[in-house]
Amino acid sequence: MSAATGTSKTGHGDGAAKKKKGPGALATAYLVIYNVVMTAGWLVIAVGLVRAYLARGSYHGLYYSIEKPLKFFQTGALLEILHCAVGIVPSSVVLTGFQVMSRVFLTWAVTHSVREVQSEDSVLLFVSAWTVTEIIRYSFYTFSLLNHLPYLIKWARYTFFFALYPMGVSGELLTIYAALPFVQKTGLYSVTLPNKYNFSFDYHAFLILVMVSYIPLFPQLYFHMIRQRKKVLGHVEDYSKVE
Amino acid sequence: MFIFKVWLISIFCSQVEPTATVLDIKSKCLRDEEILQTLPVGTTASFYFRDLGPQLTWGTVFLTECVGPLVIYLMFYFHLPFIYSPKYDFTSSKHWVVHLACICHSFHYIKRILETMFVHRISHGTMPLKNIFKNCGYYWCSAAWMAYYINHPLYTTPYYGQMQVNTGLYVSLFCQIGNFSIHVALRNLKPPGSKVKKIPYPTKNPFTWIFWLVSCPNYTYEVGSWIGFTVMTQCVPVAFFTLVAFIQMTVWARGKHCSYVKEFRDYPTLRSSILPFIL
Repeated sequence: MSAATGTSKTGHGDGAAKKKKGPGALATAYLVIYNVVMTAGWLVIAVGLVRAYLARGSYHGLYYSIEKPLKFFQTGALLEILHCAVGIVPSSVVLTGFQVMSRVFLTWAVTHSVREVQSEDSVLLFVSAWTVTEIIRYSFYTFSLLNHLPYLIKWARYTFFFALYPMGVSGELLTIYAALPFVQKTGLYSVTLPNKYNFSFDYHAFLILVMVSYIPLFPQLYFHMIRQRKKVLGHVEDYSKVE
Repeated sequence: MFIFKVWLISIFCSQVEPTATVLDIKSKCLRDEEILQTLPVGTTASFYFRDLGPQLTWGTVFLTECVGPLVIYLMFYFHLPFIYSPKYDFTSSKHWVVHLACICHSFHYIKRILETMFVHRISHGTMPLKNIFKNCGYYWCSAAWMAYYINHPLYTTPYYGQMQVNTGLYVSLFCQIGNFSIHVALRNLKPPGSKVKKIPYPTKNPFTWIFWLVSCPNYTYEVGSWIGFTVMTQCVPVAFFTLVAFIQMTVWARGKHCSYVKEFRDYPTLRSSILPFIL
């Protein structure tokens, strides 16, 4: 579901062209650095995956080779919520927050917390989807901020999601599904009655709820990206028709 | 049942491009009591109408919001089937605080229903249909969540025992009376049908003396009564609900406070919006 993170930021590069005021010079410099660092980080993860695959000769257990940079750079994306809150990025705090938190949730509360799923192939599925998406997305932002956006990057951002998004969602859902029996067995993150706070929480049921929530949310985000694609890439086709 | 309301927006011709859409127009809306002949326009004027969609009266929404929690809580209290384990169906709790909590909660919502019917004078006539689903969803689900734990067979009584329960109860009761006093004071502020805005001041009722310090003491008392209920039941979902209510009411109180300050030049400077001296 989060493979299309940044759907709310489609106006990021286009926003500068509209009459809305963009971020100041200092904020722009900071954002460029941030996006460059994130692009580099996800490239490191991509390279790490490829190298580990070549070294081992199989797809299994590649998670362990990129575990640390994945955690670091995915968690670093929390800064993007701050960027929206402060106003240097013209996106909705709620939407960005939701997207980043769902990624962070999967990284820490599912993959990190339930050790047994780390060797699952579904983890590789969503990690590779995220990696490709994020490299394209962060380089898109970098170039937009510098006002030199190559059409290829823009095209890639609004086209690759067709495959990456379902890939990511499948990987995420399969991983959560694989984690369910272990969560139920160990009672991970769960609180039962009776206790003096008169509160209970069943993490197993919560995870099932999260999986179910993909059903209404995934199509909405997917079709939003398709609409954005028509808007962003559609303009170029119009100009070429005029000429 | 649905009121299709149309909101009149008046614009001076010279300030709007001919191709502007309603969304572009940012002028203030005309008030219901304004007379067209007295409006400061030239020989011709453009009127822009906006269809607000299906509407419901505030009264309808308030009542639905309050009847839900009342009924839902009682369903949990009486241990209706399919909520808890079948062996507890229709049983009664052995803890006195559980019965007390039911009385408090029910009293709160009955009071609200009666106030909506007899005390409140609501200025905005209607609200959009979507709101009823949003508001009711929130109130009903919160009530169910709280009621589930308070009436649960495995409920644990407060740590400090009867003293804690009594403290919570007295605070809650005090604040409920306070809240009611404020509602009555606000009602008596202006005669029925009048749209003149006035600054509320403390009356002879000691519960209204908080007006010296706070613009929206009805919200202050409301938060107080929920804090009392939290202490009385020692239940995390109740604490959570109280926190969310506090945040929402602070937002409303600040809005009201700002509009008071803008409207009245001589508005008392000592007053804060919801918490004396703090917020």
